[in-house]
Amino acid sequence: MTEAVTRRAALLGAGATAGSLLLAGGGAQAQGKPSELRVGITTFLSGSASVFGVPAKQMAELLFEEINKAGGIGGVPVRPFFVDEAPGTDHLVGEFRRLVQNEGVQIVFASISSGSCLACTPLSDEMKKTTLLWDCGTQRIFEEAPHPYAFRTQGYGTPEVLAPLLYLLKHKPDFRTLAVINQDYAWGRDSWELWKAGMDAMKPGVRVVAEMFPRFGATDYSTEVTRLLAARPDVILSTSWGGDLVTLLRQSAERRLFERSTFVLPIAEASMQILGRTMQPGHIIGARGDHWNNHPSPKDPARLKRFVDLYRSKYNEYPIYPCHHMAQAISAMQAAYAKAIAAKGGGWPNDQELANAFRGLTFDSPTSSITLREDGQGLEDQIVGLSSFNQQYPFAVPKDMILFPAAMVSTPVGQKSVDWLKSLKPDFLNQVPAPIAG
Amino acid sequence: MKREPLLAALGAFALIACAWAVPWLKFILTIALAKGIAVLGILLLLRAGQVSFGHSMFLALGAYTVAFMAPTEPEVLLLLPAAALVATGFGLVIGLFLVRYRDIFFGMLNLAFAMVLYSLLEKLYAITKGTDGIRVAGLTFAGTQPERPVQEWVMFGIALGLAILFGLLVSVYLASPMGRALAGIKTRETRLEFMGVPARRVLLFAYVLSALMGGVGGALVAMTTRHVTPQIAYWTASGELVFIAILGGAGSALGPFLGATAFELVRVYAAAAVAEAWQMILGAVLLVVILFAPGGVWGLLSRRWRA
Repeated sequence: MTEAVTRRAALLGAGATAGSLLLAGGGAQAQGKPSELRVGITTFLSGSASVFGVPAKQMAELLFEEINKAGGIGGVPVRPFFVDEAPGTDHLVGEFRRLVQNEGVQIVFASISSGSCLACTPLSDEMKKTTLLWDCGTQRIFEEAPHPYAFRTQGYGTPEVLAPLLYLLKHKPDFRTLAVINQDYAWGRDSWELWKAGMDAMKPGVRVVAEMFPRFGATDYSTEVTRLLAARPDVILSTSWGGDLVTLLRQSAERRLFERSTFVLPIAEASMQILGRTMQPGHIIGARGDHWNNHPSPKDPARLKRFVDLYRSKYNEYPIYPCHHMAQAISAMQAAYAKAIAAKGGGWPNDQELANAFRGLTFDSPTSSITLREDGQGLEDQIVGLSSFNQQYPFAVPKDMILFPAAMVSTPVGQKSVDWLKSLKPDFLNQVPAPIAG
Repeated sequence: MKREPLLAALGAFALIACAWAVPWLKFILTIALAKGIAVLGILLLLRAGQVSFGHSMFLALGAYTVAFMAPTEPEVLLLLPAAALVATGFGLVIGLFLVRYRDIFFGMLNLAFAMVLYSLLEKLYAITKGTDGIRVAGLTFAGTQPERPVQEWVMFGIALGLAILFGLLVSVYLASPMGRALAGIKTRETRLEFMGVPARRVLLFAYVLSALMGGVGGALVAMTTRHVTPQIAYWTASGELVFIAILGGAGSALGPFLGATAFELVRVYAAAAVAEAWQMILGAVLLVVILFAPGGVWGLLSRRWRA
């Protein structure tokens, strides 16, 4: 019996030692150029949000492969470490620590979900690790506290809601009633609060005939559609996305809701391919940015085409906006490293020097270029248009597009979005640019 | 029986060694210990043959107590008892009702309460910030606010200390007449009543104790992750606790900690190895445990001894 104990103790001891030896490897960082640039990427790989997460991951893999073929970043090959966001926050913050402390990643791309971003951003402060918020939209991040190591390489909730609102006020200025049907979680609630603040400021007196927040991931909207048919609102707003939006629009199309009301769908882009011809023309659609496949005037048309073809040739689908947001984060990383390496005369930047390089950085996206403000927020232009069909695409794309410059529709640094939206005046509409040809 | 304390001491030592050798594992192990404490509560109920599919509500109560109180009262030494108190009080109130039911009804009613709590946490957006969750404000430990590495050690130490404390408490309780009576509920309740032991009161005591441990576990999780979302009350979180209980084995107070450590390590390494299919690995592990080691990790270890 005593022998058994010692054997077990020995086994445990051996196991622990072997484990720690195996694990301790990644922590140390060389002072000079590392052998590889490790990038931690959190995205949804399972669950309903993986319709966004997986295409972004695929895009990241394609782009990393391209970068490595071209010799890496500053001569250092890049290697992604993907982490699944789906198991929840406590798992994710553990994974963030693992990426930084064990895998030794030098930069983290954090999160599709706003909840994940809110949890990861304070960690980036604590661990002093540069973190790019590559897809989440909550306006709370930079408005509630400064985060010296966090940067958002894309737009966020406020411009993504305000741009479609302005488009609606231009396109259909005489609407009187509105109904909202959003997913019942943070984004659905926040985006409605932003919309309502802006709408009441610029067009007071609109009657809200229904406020509905069906469960996230609901599969049946028949009651909601019935209520919308009965209420006959002039405008129906929905910031839903993914499978929820597809289901809602399919069921609305079957019951001809599209014929009675004008839909405003700020996140429609990612669902248009799946919906195909089910989507009806003449409704307001947004893309959380300017990255439409039929962007009429991209900064570098060849670059956009190459980007789209790269994804299409491998997956036989058009890239959706999370692919673009991923590409933006990668492009920002490349630009920041180039800037930091140049500033150090060819040396490899440390965490602080890397973070410094991001502040005020301007980098190219597949469609245009984006500048990071002093608070870390990226300025991404927004294009909103009316759904339409043409010969080139088997799904709806916008026409009569208006390009909203990011600086115009983003909350100024140091202000809270809801307060700023409440302070807008009806004459703000005069600043809206004319539609672009296309 | 003499081997249990020895193994516990060895386990505690191994955890400390592990946390020292691999700094980032400290976080995972702290979470594992916190969940282990909560699973101790599941183990008590399992002794009585009852499975709670809603135990995560007590974790959520503890965690949200910490999240709501931390801005005004950041002292960990006060927050922990407060969280325990809230969970215990809630456990007592719904326990009075729940201990009237057995088996599937007991499990489902627990699930129902947990899902009500989940929905409230999710829907009362103005108060709970919905699914975005609440960030736990900076905490103080006995009036001091240590640096991050020190704080991680302190949290780990608190979790380990509480784990040992509750482990001892549960082993003493299970050896006591009250604890023995739990097994009586499982085999035949009428016999207990014939002996003059009120079965409901026995189960209520166990239920309230399990709620207390759930609250403490939840508070520790909140203090470690520093971010609380309604996910902690969702039924999958309850399922996870039952999973851990089965994985660890219900034979001893050590089981939950073995199970929780194994669970967290498998999850984190599976997630690191195959980010897309970690759930499959976790499922396979549970299948293997059920098929080949029905007594869980604890059963494997204790069988080894006897051999």
